[in-house]
Amino acid sequence: MTTPDPILALKDVRFRWPGRTSFALSVPDFSIEAGETVLLLGESGSGKSTLLSLICGTVIADTGLVSVAGSDLVSLSGGQRDRYRAEHIGMIFQQFNLLPFGSVLDNILLPLRFAPSRRKRAGDGRTEARKLCTALGLPDLLSAKSASLSVGQQQRVAVARALIGRPPVIIADEPTSALDANSQLAFLDLLFEQVKAHGTTLLMVSHDPRLGDRFDRVVRMDEVSHVERQAA
Amino acid sequence: MILRLAIGSLGARALTVAMTVLAIALSVALFLGVEKVRTGAKASFADTISGTDLIVGARSGSVQLLLYSVFRIGNATNNVTWESYQDIAARPEVDWIVPISLGDSHRQFRVMGTTAEFFERYKYRQGRALEIADGAVMADLFDTTIGADVAATLGYKVGDPIVVAHGIASFTKHDDQPFRVSGILEKTGTPVDRTVIVSMEAIEAIHVDWQNGAQLPGQSTPIEVIRQMELKPKAVTAALVGVESPLQTFGLQRAINEYPEEPLLAVLPGVALQELWAIVGVAETALLGVSAMVVITALIGMMATIFSSLNERRREMAIFRAMGARPTTIMGLLVLEAVLTAAAGALIGVLILYIGLALAQPLIDSAFGLFLPIEVPSIREFWVLIGVVLASAIVSMVPALRAYHLSLADGMMVRT
Repeated sequence: MTTPDPILALKDVRFRWPGRTSFALSVPDFSIEAGETVLLLGESGSGKSTLLSLICGTVIADTGLVSVAGSDLVSLSGGQRDRYRAEHIGMIFQQFNLLPFGSVLDNILLPLRFAPSRRKRAGDGRTEARKLCTALGLPDLLSAKSASLSVGQQQRVAVARALIGRPPVIIADEPTSALDANSQLAFLDLLFEQVKAHGTTLLMVSHDPRLGDRFDRVVRMDEVSHVERQAA
Repeated sequence: MILRLAIGSLGARALTVAMTVLAIALSVALFLGVEKVRTGAKASFADTISGTDLIVGARSGSVQLLLYSVFRIGNATNNVTWESYQDIAARPEVDWIVPISLGDSHRQFRVMGTTAEFFERYKYRQGRALEIADGAVMADLFDTTIGADVAATLGYKVGDPIVVAHGIASFTKHDDQPFRVSGILEKTGTPVDRTVIVSMEAIEAIHVDWQNGAQLPGQSTPIEVIRQMELKPKAVTAALVGVESPLQTFGLQRAINEYPEEPLLAVLPGVALQELWAIVGVAETALLGVSAMVVITALIGMMATIFSSLNERRREMAIFRAMGARPTTIMGLLVLEAVLTAAAGALIGVLILYIGLALAQPLIDSAFGLFLPIEVPSIREFWVLIGVVLASAIVSMVPALRAYHLSLADGMMVRT
């Protein structure tokens, strides 16, 4: 069995928020293989958000290499990075994932609006969205307003949105922290079921080490990155 | 879908959006309303006199001549002698000529002496003739025909006696010769409404016992005697002239202006009206400017609303960004929302205007003699609406740029 190229790799990355000298993040070497599920553990303030922003290409490393699905984000233009993110990354936030005024269907189809290839892969968006919702144990509420859904339902809609059109990478930023313990487990079961079924790479960030068992690999923030803080 | 989301996003902030739409709607209605009144006023101003080719008076300014002869504002510096008047009337180019004699008043209204021909020659609103609402045109020496405003203000009916005062605001009344209202004219929206019309002979009759502007002491000629007198006018204030052929207008005008016996002035009513409007028009331009400011204020209000909504919408923008939307898309979304808001405002504004117009039109017509036609929006008004929508797009660029920078800085992570 050959080891595939890493789907996601950061090498010698250094980043400093513009205008803020007191915080700098460096990632010497961090990579994830295609199809791998990785849990990134870190306390708040450990630079998790910055790392995710680097991977998603909403911020650019000052030096180093950030490669996602074979492309170096640093060398792409802003517009290309946005397009790249739309095509390759499904994103799940901690909470407030959805546009409250949009219908569930609008929310699920939103990334396809910015990713033509993903839209093509998804085929008929409505059918695909319904299929995903059923798989995620959601009742038929495609035309319901997102704001009317429970938090647990909203998180599952966010999963459907991340999965639609099968992007190679799913990034989940503490997706369970807004859920109670039982819902957390059920949510993770559904997420893993889908990820495994489609061979999607999953990078999930959490501060809760108990979630670790299901993942192929558990990485601590301080193992992969180094945060410099200077007293202002 | 973006359009649907933009509408959805607007719907989520329905109350503030509704307020903004209302502000824009009212400002647009005001602007278009002022525009309507402006064009209506201009049209009815230009319609004050038509069918007359030349107005002749003593030499002064053309605007002054127009003001006192047609609008009954101000006074003639001089009269035209009866001989000069006869000379002009005898010219071959002249088709008809109607004399006007001013200088007396009844209460706050001017008294105008003229001939019966005035009623068929004086035209307004593109050739509309004066019509009698009640009674008949004066037939007797002491008959008067009064304008609609005179009748309405003073409550006169046909048959009522009235007394004419000498001068415009004088206390000396010609009360030894009471007149009688013989007819009341239909409302025209012209200065005729505010005029008491008598015959040329009546003007002479009033002044039988007067010399150099003062009544001769102790002298009062009985009416019976006056009736027997030959009342030949000595002078006229101005004259309305119609020419045989329009081609002769300029020739006649020059001939009158160069009349050797007396300094006279002949003006083309249309030209003089335009000159006058150029003066009066400043006020209406100022009014239009003010209402344009109101539209701008409403748009700036909208800009402020978008600005203040940005903070609460950072989450929304972050979601769009995470899904792969470019910062320019987010900018576009905000501009689109502004355009939708302004377009809704503009449409409702037009609606308000037409409803208002339908309600107010009869009132304005009867109160000010200003006829505001209800018709499909003109090209000009259409461009105003387009302009408002375009301006909203431009104005919204400012908060949109701010959103652009915010969404660039925030990325997908909002620390709120």
